[in-house]
Amino acid sequence: MPYKFLEGITVADVAFEASGATENEMFESAAEAVTSTMVKDHKSVKANIPKKLALKAPSLEQLLFDFLQELVFLKDAKLMLYGKYGVKVSQEPNGGKFKLAAELKGEKLNPKKHELLVDVKAVTWHEYRVWKEGNRWKARVVLDV
Amino acid sequence: MLNNKPELKKINDYAWEVSKEFKQGMRVPARIYGSKAIVDAMDIQVFDQVTNVATLPGIQRAALCMPDGHSGYGFPIGGVAAFDAETGVISPGGVGFDINCGMRLVRTNLTIDEVRPKLRQLVDQLFTAVPAGVGSSGFVKLNKGEFREIIEEGADWCVDRGFGWEQDLARTEEDGCIKGADEKKVSGKAVERGLSQIGTLGSGNHYLEIQWVKPENIFDEEAAKAYGIFPNQVAVMFHCGSRGFGHQVATDYLQVFLNVMESKYGIKILDRELACAPFHSPEGQDYFAAMKCGLNMSFANRQVILHRIREVFSKVMGKTAEEMEIQQVYDVAHNTAKLEEYEIDGKRTRVVTHRKGATRSFGPGRPEVPQEFRAVGQPVIIGGSMETGSYLLAGTQKAMEETWGSTAHGSGRTMSRTQAKHMFKGEALQKDMERRGILVRSVSYAGLAEEAGKAYKDIDAVIDATHQAGISRRVAKLLPVANVKG
Repeated sequence: MPYKFLEGITVADVAFEASGATENEMFESAAEAVTSTMVKDHKSVKANIPKKLALKAPSLEQLLFDFLQELVFLKDAKLMLYGKYGVKVSQEPNGGKFKLAAELKGEKLNPKKHELLVDVKAVTWHEYRVWKEGNRWKARVVLDV
Repeated sequence: MLNNKPELKKINDYAWEVSKEFKQGMRVPARIYGSKAIVDAMDIQVFDQVTNVATLPGIQRAALCMPDGHSGYGFPIGGVAAFDAETGVISPGGVGFDINCGMRLVRTNLTIDEVRPKLRQLVDQLFTAVPAGVGSSGFVKLNKGEFREIIEEGADWCVDRGFGWEQDLARTEEDGCIKGADEKKVSGKAVERGLSQIGTLGSGNHYLEIQWVKPENIFDEEAAKAYGIFPNQVAVMFHCGSRGFGHQVATDYLQVFLNVMESKYGIKILDRELACAPFHSPEGQDYFAAMKCGLNMSFANRQVILHRIREVFSKVMGKTAEEMEIQQVYDVAHNTAKLEEYEIDGKRTRVVTHRKGATRSFGPGRPEVPQEFRAVGQPVIIGGSMETGSYLLAGTQKAMEETWGSTAHGSGRTMSRTQAKHMFKGEALQKDMERRGILVRSVSYAGLAEEAGKAYKDIDAVIDATHQAGISRRVAKLLPVANVKG
């Protein structure tokens, strides 16, 4: 999944740019970046336990924000890490709300198995951006850690 | 985003001002504390952010940044601002995601010579007893009802159940329980995030450290005596906050404020992380009550950790905590918004003081300072990096007059986490620190590398700046001998 961590955006926290050929791919790249902030090897998170997620938001940028925040919530509340995201983004007719249906797959966080890095506290609005560049969707996100 | 740093007017050798003409919408100037070298080295976003804060409704006198300042979101880290309680705003961006992130200092009657032979056992057992890192859970098993009691009762709840001593409460800011916390203003999601996290450190720059007082590192004997600090003494300092609970409260209310700020209250801001609402609005009051739940959760978290420290020391040293006089010196928050009263233009005025990465530094005589310390001022605990040492300071009258009773909170980062990981390797750093007499236990080598001493400003220079500026007084420096890191 294409994402890169960015330098020069934040001194104390973590910034990344995620991209994808579709909104779905870009959302999945961003989700992987969030997981990779907390776990050194994203592939060490096995896709054993499924979870369906449905979200609605007035804008695409808010929808991505809420989606990533949900991953942070699930890490603390359910001690779950996810390695597969199965995202489908759509919009209600006539310029209506943006919707996300995701089929997350992951496993319980296990310090003996997952090489843990730094805890993500929150997704922030700092320098936050979602945009389309040429034929690619992009997002810039700063995580409070 | 600024392209160039603003012109700074020198107020004195340790205070610099950006005029309110610098940026459209600034209601007051911005004032940055630090030596010239410290202020020159601050990243450009600090200046952008502190001048954005100066545009918020109801701000009094000046938007402030402490000498450990670095860029954050909305407010800079090290940011302090007071808003008129009648006409001003409250902003989660002025408190931070980690509500009541703070420091607790615990003293003992043990000397370094007594502790050194047992140091390895102590740090190993502390590492187990006080869980750290991503997704760590504490030993206190709670249901949601009990958790909702904790967020209203704070450290009181813990002491009532045997996790601490009565005297710990008197030596905690707000006596460990801020009044006005309302659990009904907190989402179910916030409770779910925090439920298993009481008694955990978290990660990033959170730590628990065994430290000692080198005889030449006592700078103010009278205050040190009042705080129970003596040469060669062993102490324990730790840094943590309200964990996922506080983070969710901040996230929830940032969204609430973004939804109503402009449409309902006509407030325009320069950065979404400065989302705010009038203090007296329903949304402002709801956040204030929910944020106080975050304060109480954090006081409770640090109280349970203190209990674990007492248990570990008793087991390893073979004496009771009472025999070793494992007493709290003080517990102080550095991410808060508090309703306080100051004299402004000759009139007693109530303000909402936001401290984001800034410590309360109340001077002698203030009723909020415990009676036993009132003659010397409030203890101020400043955590340095894990390699360089930390400080115990005293609050001052000048802080009351100039900085809304506030000073710095740490050394302040200068190097990004990615850069630190490129420059240092966790395993090598751990070995090197051990050679220098500092044992380190961490759940993550990468996390350890990110916290290398060289990723931070020089703590001595930061403390010197707060001392010279008069906003806190140097009492003692504490050096690390063992560190548990998240």
